Amino acid sequence: MKITEKEVRYVAGLANLNLSEDEVTRFQADLDEILQHIDKLNEIDTSAVEPMAQVLFEGEETGTLRADVPVPPLGNEAALANAPQSGAGYFKVPKVIER
Amino acid sequence: MDIPSLTIDTIRESLLARRWSATELATEALRFAEAENPKTNAYLHFCPERALAAARAVDERIARGEDPGALAGVPVAVKDVIVTRGVRTTCGSRLLANYVPPYDATAVERLEAAGGVIVGKTNCDEFAMGSSNENSAFGPVRNPVAPDRVPGGSSGGSAAAVAQGTAVVALGSDTGGSVRQPASFCGVVGVTPTYGRVSRYGLTAFASSLDHIGPLARTVKDSATLLRVIAGRDPCDSTSAPIAVPDYAAALDHNVKGLKLGLPREYLKDLTSESGDLIGRGVETLRGLGCEVREISLPSTDYAVACYYIIATAEASSNLARYDGVRYTFRSGHSETLADMYRNTRGEGFGAECKRRIMLGTYVLSAGYYDAYYLKAQKVRALIAGDFRKAFEQVDAIVAPVSPFPAFKLGEKVDDPLAMYLSDIYTITGDLAGIPCMSVPCGRTAGGLPVGMQILTRHFDETTMFRLADAYELTQN
Repeated sequence: MKITEKEVRYVAGLANLNLSEDEVTRFQADLDEILQHIDKLNEIDTSAVEPMAQVLFEGEETGTLRADVPVPPLGNEAALANAPQSGAGYFKVPKVIER
Repeated sequence: MDIPSLTIDTIRESLLARRWSATELATEALRFAEAENPKTNAYLHFCPERALAAARAVDERIARGEDPGALAGVPVAVKDVIVTRGVRTTCGSRLLANYVPPYDATAVERLEAAGGVIVGKTNCDEFAMGSSNENSAFGPVRNPVAPDRVPGGSSGGSAAAVAQGTAVVALGSDTGGSVRQPASFCGVVGVTPTYGRVSRYGLTAFASSLDHIGPLARTVKDSATLLRVIAGRDPCDSTSAPIAVPDYAAALDHNVKGLKLGLPREYLKDLTSESGDLIGRGVETLRGLGCEVREISLPSTDYAVACYYIIATAEASSNLARYDGVRYTFRSGHSETLADMYRNTRGEGFGAECKRRIMLGTYVLSAGYYDAYYLKAQKVRALIAGDFRKAFEQVDAIVAPVSPFPAFKLGEKVDDPLAMYLSDIYTITGDLAGIPCMSVPCGRTAGGLPVGMQILTRHFDETTMFRLADAYELTQN
């Protein structure tokens, strides 16, 4: 077995994802199957291969930078428009620290 | 006007001849799309006000004697993972059911500046994760060609809208085949341009090193025209390339004699016999047009699915971390603490496939596993890209299937995620290498299901890809 239910619960915690008991059981089986398939990669020797992080085009080092010209930002009101809860120009969340 | 038979050229001609106005066309196109939509569920919502405003602007330009733009009056559908200012953008997710973006994606801005008329936003798999459009929180899309079957995914709504004729062209997004596979299932043209050709600004991030915006259309020429409009450097996306964009449509010369084509043997072994026969016939047709066809090998193909599902899910787990109940509309109603709010919001908001991929991505990036999974996958990705680089030393283009099989029945594969992932084998390689690739219709099975042929070319050589697809398309009509 590549992954246990205990590990599924641990990973769900890392991902801040609340899973039901059914989901834990289901994902244990799904992830196990997928991870077994992924083991296939160990068949190839990649010791001499440089990892590819991004598809790159030929260009100067600074070619991806935009001109250093100020542009108006989105604005506070627009940024908060989709917030489930906001007030006084801020996002509001449940209490984080005790008074 | 017969909406489903319109092309960009016929619309332009009719507008300039004053046969009808852009406003009349938009009104009729909206009416038609809204009436037809219950058959497929291709659109999640329409944006009539925006469409009519865009159409009026085109009419005014024509009245002033100005060039109305390359997409003048053209009804366009936009996949609902691409943001539209003031028009709801749900990403097919319950989490974003009420999200109204404060800005436009660059591709959207450009297509409207060229006179395009966005009629509505199309259904898709949640956050573009899926190959059947069954992972949408707002119900699946039905394939217009065979209503008991899937349209493919994740850009299933965009492909269905174009096939149904409710849009002339559409924007989709492709991370592992999400434009080409639904295009092949619905019998339309679908294009994944070179990575960096089209700005990703405003495309909701799934896997940033793999995500592309790409056109869907009923003709190769229309897809080429749309790509030219949306392509090019954008200061808002640092991965967009400062490379000149050719006039693809003008390059369609119907002459592909002498082009060298590669047929990768690794792509021909797991096909259904009918799909294989149609691809084989397509290759023979290209040979008949004067192309030289030779067998080639892309030896790392067998590792592509494993490589892709590490990289794509790792990047997704990080990109989807932003949906935490703070900024994006949906928040779980019953949470005492901030940590509970995060966990409950995400647990209630995401559908099963998103959760599965967030879990896999978090697992492969977790402490102690990085080298074994993510780094290993990046190395295998380099091998896959290297296979293509070597192949393009011998050939100008590669011809391959898009999918191992045509459109399958709704519900047929939902319970087997690995089988669904494995079916992406022929499309994910192009995304991993970042090369341009497209699906062009190459006939139908005995049961009437469309099959697509894939054409792949060198980085930034979309022109050769379009020329081949266009010359081939001409033999099919």
